[in-house]
Amino acid sequence: MQDFRYLYDVSTLALNREACIGCGMCEIVCPHGVFKVENKKAGIVDKNGCMECGACAKNCPTEAVTVTPGVGCAAYIIQTWIIGKNGNSRGIAKCC
Amino acid sequence: MKTDCCGENNKKEPFGRVSHLKPFATTPLSQNKKEDAACCGPPPGPECSRFARPGYEICGFVEDFMDTAAGSVPRIGTKLSVTDHAISVMARFGIGRDSYGIAPGIYCAGTPDADSPVLVTANYKLTFDALRKELSSLSAWILVLDTRGINVWCAAGKSLFSTGEVIKRVKVSGLDKIVNHRELILPQLSATGVSVIDVKKGCGFRVVWGPIRANDIKQFLDAGKKADEPMRRVTFTVSERLVLVPVELSFLVKPTVFILLGFFILSGIGTEIFSLKDAWSRGIMAALAYAAGIFAGAVFVPAILPWLPGKAFSIKGAVTGIIASIFVMIFLKDVANAWELTALFLCTTAVSSYLGMNFTGSTPYTSPSGVEKEMRKAMPLQALAGLASIILWIGAAFVR
Repeated sequence: MQDFRYLYDVSTLALNREACIGCGMCEIVCPHGVFKVENKKAGIVDKNGCMECGACAKNCPTEAVTVTPGVGCAAYIIQTWIIGKNGNSRGIAKCC
Repeated sequence: MKTDCCGENNKKEPFGRVSHLKPFATTPLSQNKKEDAACCGPPPGPECSRFARPGYEICGFVEDFMDTAAGSVPRIGTKLSVTDHAISVMARFGIGRDSYGIAPGIYCAGTPDADSPVLVTANYKLTFDALRKELSSLSAWILVLDTRGINVWCAAGKSLFSTGEVIKRVKVSGLDKIVNHRELILPQLSATGVSVIDVKKGCGFRVVWGPIRANDIKQFLDAGKKADEPMRRVTFTVSERLVLVPVELSFLVKPTVFILLGFFILSGIGTEIFSLKDAWSRGIMAALAYAAGIFAGAVFVPAILPWLPGKAFSIKGAVTGIIASIFVMIFLKDVANAWELTALFLCTTAVSSYLGMNFTGSTPYTSPSGVEKEMRKAMPLQALAGLASIILWIGAAFVR
């Protein structure tokens, strides 16, 4: 996926290394290899590869990883502008 | 109550409406050849399957049923039929897009026992097919979740392939009576919606993250449930991109009807207030520019995505749009004036840029923060180009 790079410096991904216990779950679930665990601590090695799917934050046992997850779809984002993030079920279903 | 039926026939009221009875329920049981010969018309079909139950229809992919401590479990075939492929093509073209769900619950492949692995998946027919065709030499239990007929990753993003649904389906299906172990293999991409810790807390089953793609499942199991790095990374090959094109186009059919109607109306406006002749002759030109924009943005952008300049998809779409509009202008240079050619150029480019940007929703690597950032910059420009195009187009009718 190194051929496919999207906008840089936009991801909301953040890692609190002090809270990290080095379980490696983020490294396993990330589909883009954003994390690498070294010396029992996770590190973000490719932040610009992050697509904010939220798998890492969902599975971090200590909430050391945070990200604002969402769907990167224009039609969905236009709807969130109009009807808000929580919208109605029809608005969300129209996406992807 | 068995959950081995599919789609709309999965009506569970034992005294359900009579209209749900299938004709095969009344097939005569006698197969006596002499009796058949005595009667008119073609010979009757085969005897009803011994698995048939009133009010249910057995799905084509079910071979037979296996008795377990949690009731009878359908055993699935691992070869896709012509019908399966036809259904996939229909789904890819967006035909009846919301009707590809299969009944959630436990299925099995091969001859699984109490120690066999449990593979968890979504109840989208295409997802289920992608998994079952990889199980030809495996014995496993398959726990199908109710993801409302949506694939693993999208369902996880919509909180349908979720922690709660995994826990609920494990409990409802009686999985703990079927297997001795307490382990579920989930597709990696469902991690967006499922928390390992909460599943363990909720139903006592430990989650093991399986590979992203079903075609790695055998290798994953053979390696002792270990995935190597390629199994854990999404890809976006040319075929993975092009397969998305038909459904993207199918979404455009409805808006296109209104847009074309608008084009023909705008094209008729002129010195005679409204000219039907102009509406047609100029409307065709506008429609051509629009079609070129669709092709450039919704077909060309996905096809040559990694080779297009820029990171923002609106820019990639604008690039293919400019190329396509050059062809449009060359084609129409003898019948359209300079104002009109400029208007068509803007129309094709704006449509292509918008559709290129819209393709971000289908890729496996664009972040919502990035898409929103690019939209805030690109959409005003796209709208401006569209508006300028309309003004020039109408204005051109008065300077012809």
